[in-house]
Amino acid sequence: MEEPRLTQTSERSNMIVPLPSPTEEPVYEPRRSDVDEWGRSERVRQVIRTVYDPIYSKWFRVEWENFERIPTEGGALLVANHAGAVPSDAPVIMHGIESQLDRPVYGLADYFFRSVPFIGTMWSRSGGVAARPENAERLLRDQGQLALVFPEGTKGPSKAFADRYHLRRFGRGGFIEIAMRTGTPIIPLAVVGSEEAMPILFRLPAMAKVLGTPYFPVTANLLTMGPLGIVLPFPVKMKISVLEPITFDVEPGLERYPRSLVLEQSERVRELIQEEVFEMLKARRSIWRG
Amino acid sequence: MGSRVLVTGADTFWGGRVIQALEADPGVDVILGLGEHDPSVPFERAEFVRADQTYSILHRLVQATKVDTIIHTFLVSDSTLAKSRALHEINVIGTMNLLAAASASGSAVTNLVVKSSTKVYGANERDPYWFSEETKRSTPPKTMVERSLIEAESLIADFAVDRPQTAVSVLRFANVLSGGLTTPITQNLSRPFCPALIGFDPLLQFVSSEDVVRALEHATRLKLRGVYNVAGAGRLPWSEVVSMVGSRPLPMPSLHHRLLMRPLAAAGLYEMPTELADLLRFGRGVDCSKIEATGFTFRRSSAAAVQAFAEHLRLDRSTGSEPLAYRYEHDVEQFFRHSPAVIDRG
Repeated sequence: MEEPRLTQTSERSNMIVPLPSPTEEPVYEPRRSDVDEWGRSERVRQVIRTVYDPIYSKWFRVEWENFERIPTEGGALLVANHAGAVPSDAPVIMHGIESQLDRPVYGLADYFFRSVPFIGTMWSRSGGVAARPENAERLLRDQGQLALVFPEGTKGPSKAFADRYHLRRFGRGGFIEIAMRTGTPIIPLAVVGSEEAMPILFRLPAMAKVLGTPYFPVTANLLTMGPLGIVLPFPVKMKISVLEPITFDVEPGLERYPRSLVLEQSERVRELIQEEVFEMLKARRSIWRG
Repeated sequence: MGSRVLVTGADTFWGGRVIQALEADPGVDVILGLGEHDPSVPFERAEFVRADQTYSILHRLVQATKVDTIIHTFLVSDSTLAKSRALHEINVIGTMNLLAAASASGSAVTNLVVKSSTKVYGANERDPYWFSEETKRSTPPKTMVERSLIEAESLIADFAVDRPQTAVSVLRFANVLSGGLTTPITQNLSRPFCPALIGFDPLLQFVSSEDVVRALEHATRLKLRGVYNVAGAGRLPWSEVVSMVGSRPLPMPSLHHRLLMRPLAAAGLYEMPTELADLLRFGRGVDCSKIEATGFTFRRSSAAAVQAFAEHLRLDRSTGSEPLAYRYEHDVEQFFRHSPAVIDRG
């Protein structure tokens, strides 16, 4: 198809004033599915949103505070606390933002999911992305997307009920470096309710080892509801507070940033979320009714 | 004066196509094709030289012909083509001899272009979704094909440092889909049922054979230096690839597929080498912004490469077997090139 162009180019090179090169035709994309380069499918998300909406609005009765602080366009790194054996915070945050702002949210999580059959595929189709700095940077800087990250990692959801609402260490501050390098704002989210939705009574490290999972929790849900408790959280009231966006006054695009600055800022974000969680708990009268 | 080019693997799919492309380039004066077996495509003006896999005659050849450009297409990235031992001989020892010949005193080589594979990155759950040329692979290589390619690339990197007057570029190509090219992926896709691992639907990236040859030409022409990823834009799920080519998934357990695959492979139906099994679990993507920044534009995205391959398969199914393959006849070629009786040498 492209071959007959040869003569055209030779003609053009003989002219005194070269013609502007032809505008590039849009590349024909013969796709059959709408799975994007991250594995996310908007159609799958739609189905999930339809199914999840009653859980979101009837079961958890999710309430947002200062929702308008979430940008309607451009990249932003959403940073939240993480809790509950099978954490409900991730789907709730993603559902809330996607259905209100009509823009996708990519959930960064442990690469462990990728190696689990079926669950890994579903996780990927519903917007899950392995938490690698390269992935986050491409999402935020090159594509201006929203990415949700839980810097506590698996240390958050795996903590026992006795430690509830005490935020774990924020990793090694990788999320700060990503925000600095890409020049995108960090938007801290404080979530209340996910701790009680699926509290961990104790853990079985031996089982985790056998199954190869990061942790193996025995939850209150499992004891009260049986197998159903593996997936069904308690109907707690969930509240999410959006804090002031944080931007860093550093030059973006650097390979490395001072470790001391990164750790300091990481601790600052952790403390902001921790304080907000405590404020929200002070105002909370009931786990179930908020 | 035009350039004098030596192409390794002239008897393979890639060497043959690169030589055909070079023949159309008036800037190339001399084309030498090096190969072990008879070439599989007709050459118009390239000279074919028979050599064993490890190029023992290469030293003399480089000295005698004063070639200035070597295009090394003969790195084997398909482990079903050769035994582990032979892979090492071809990829590592062959490359080593090639580099030795190119760096001997009296060598006029100023440009070396190597066709490598994105298999050097492996496929693992820890991978980033897009590898850049500098990204390290997540886990040590498991198979000989990966190991030998990595070793060959490191030999080439050393050569580039030791011989700064030679522009050395290594192009890492994603999986190629093309009619006429048989790889484990194209073979599996051409069946009515195509193996897929149960519960996994990875995102894959492809490049069309046309873009492979164009990228090699591009690197040769511009005398690029360094490592470049070459793959069509975008990634698409394996299930979509299977459906686009008109096949249906044949579910295989992800852990014990080898037991099931062995009889099917022995029957010549399917191939599932370890690196393909890994790819069908985790997929792989490479970022090509580096080669695009040098002015290279892709003709086909990943999805378009799949589409073109699907069209080829449909044509194949309708017309039956491939047209008669070209057979290299030394005497006939010599007659057409050198006999005074031939007036039009085309």
